[in-house]
Amino acid sequence: MTFALILIAVLMLGSAAAAMLLRNLIHSALLLILSWAGVAMFYLWAGAEFVAFAQILVYVGAISMVVLFAVLLTRQNQVADMLIEPATRLRAISAFTVGACLAAVMASAILSSHFRPPAAAAPATDVKQIGLDLMQHHGAALLIVGVILTVALLGATVLAATEAKRNREDTP
Amino acid sequence: MIIAAANSYLERAPLEWRDWAVNLLPVPLQWLTHHLITIVGVLAVFGLFFAFTTVAERKLLGRLQNRLGPNRSGVPKFSILPWHLKHKLFGLTQPFADAIKALTKEDIVPAAADHVLHFLAPVIVVAFSLMTFAVLPFGRNIIPVDLDAALLYFFAAGAATELAIFMAGWSSRNKYSLLAAMRALAQLISYELPLILSVVPIVLVAGTLSTKTIVVNQGFWTFGFLPHWFIFTPWGAAGFLIFLVAALAESNRSPFDLPEAESELIAGHLTEYSGFKYALFFMAEYFGLTALSGLGVTLFLGGWQAPCAFLEFIPSYLWFMMKLVGMIVFFIWVRGTLLRLRIDQLTRLAWQFLVPLALLNIANAAFWVLTSHWSGPLQLVRWAVSLAIVVIPFLVMGRSLTAGYAPRTYRYAP
Repeated sequence: MTFALILIAVLMLGSAAAAMLLRNLIHSALLLILSWAGVAMFYLWAGAEFVAFAQILVYVGAISMVVLFAVLLTRQNQVADMLIEPATRLRAISAFTVGACLAAVMASAILSSHFRPPAAAAPATDVKQIGLDLMQHHGAALLIVGVILTVALLGATVLAATEAKRNREDTP
Repeated sequence: MIIAAANSYLERAPLEWRDWAVNLLPVPLQWLTHHLITIVGVLAVFGLFFAFTTVAERKLLGRLQNRLGPNRSGVPKFSILPWHLKHKLFGLTQPFADAIKALTKEDIVPAAADHVLHFLAPVIVVAFSLMTFAVLPFGRNIIPVDLDAALLYFFAAGAATELAIFMAGWSSRNKYSLLAAMRALAQLISYELPLILSVVPIVLVAGTLSTKTIVVNQGFWTFGFLPHWFIFTPWGAAGFLIFLVAALAESNRSPFDLPEAESELIAGHLTEYSGFKYALFFMAEYFGLTALSGLGVTLFLGGWQAPCAFLEFIPSYLWFMMKLVGMIVFFIWVRGTLLRLRIDQLTRLAWQFLVPLALLNIANAAFWVLTSHWSGPLQLVRWAVSLAIVVIPFLVMGRSLTAGYAPRTYRYAP
């Protein structure tokens, strides 16, 4: 089991590191997606099926598309074809500063949190239990999130569906 | 009678054969063989199913277009054999000839292409479309992996196809391939939503994400011949229709085959693919279609359940396959009948018509669950209200969206 965890960790961290090191933005984006898939594998390893599949559906299926479309649509320099500009000292310093700040925040969060000793029996992780927990304790929040997302979806559809360009032969 | 049918030898046969084969091996290898046999079984059955789907499609399309379809390929003469089967076998060996042709063709990769991604795209698309078969209950006892979150798994495995299409389009280093990949993605993303929303009512009513339990919930018959399949409820019928349209679009089938419209674009994002890589994409498309049809059968058409009580003696996996073949033939029929849509018509149909209807259908299913204790004459009210919730918006929205545009008039050149 530990061996599998090490493999997954190497995949996750390796693809994340390669995503940062590569010069080609699309390759970086695809490796980032691989890293997300590694996170899903880690959830599977930990026995959290539902979260793992949700992770793949949301990150690998949906957010990956947003990232890829964003990369393609914001690409300005046709000649340099997605090459990142050469690193300067200022860039390196600012990157290291941001990275160090983030590492400090996360390290302090990890160090200051107290982990309870694991329960003797593994908690039940079947989907029904997750659903009941969500609905009973967080029912209102779930409802509000659902309504907001549905309204956003309908609003986006209404905004995007312009009638101006329709002509007579556009019958759906 | 039900218990007798459930325990008949034919029901248990596939599992018993597998266990017999597994027990032949030493204990450390048994776990591995158990899963390998399952994988090989799925690959063999659906590989052959794919092969004969292509020949059935070509023959049926031929009949629909008043021609014969492939009927020439027989069995080749092997020089070592003393006899030769001269019969053409109705052209049923055509898929094997096609496979050999695809394997021996030159594999052309554009010089500027991204070789790794160009190679990975067809591999990923086939691998993930095969993974979706893992959670389909093919029979009473036959399900490759019995997951608690099976439905979520099915859609998660299908999500990787979009990535593969992007990789295919981008790595070809051809601007038309990239544009076509964007069109294909727009279509897939648009129809992913109605597809998933059309399935939510089933989850609401069955109260589970497990495909196995969903099929079990559709068991039993009223009077012994009226099956309790979900399609025979107002929300189920509406959901099934939305599912059918979305499944057609998700699997790039006519009338939604614009990503690779053969007659207008040269296969869209697959322009730079040839030989066996193209065949892999082709295969993945059929696997996707078969898996989605299997999901439709599982969710709406009762899965492996027999339509009447007295037909239970036929093994459950044969019922599943019969329903699956029915769905595939229906899809081929649609392909031979309907005309291709334009991209704006396609996305408009998804966002303005199917998504609102699917959302209403979820409310409908909620109503159905809340009124499940109604009985007697109230049962009629329940059916009428549920039917009204889907039919009235369908008519109103259909009328208002086509107002001023329909019925369509055709003008011919003088």
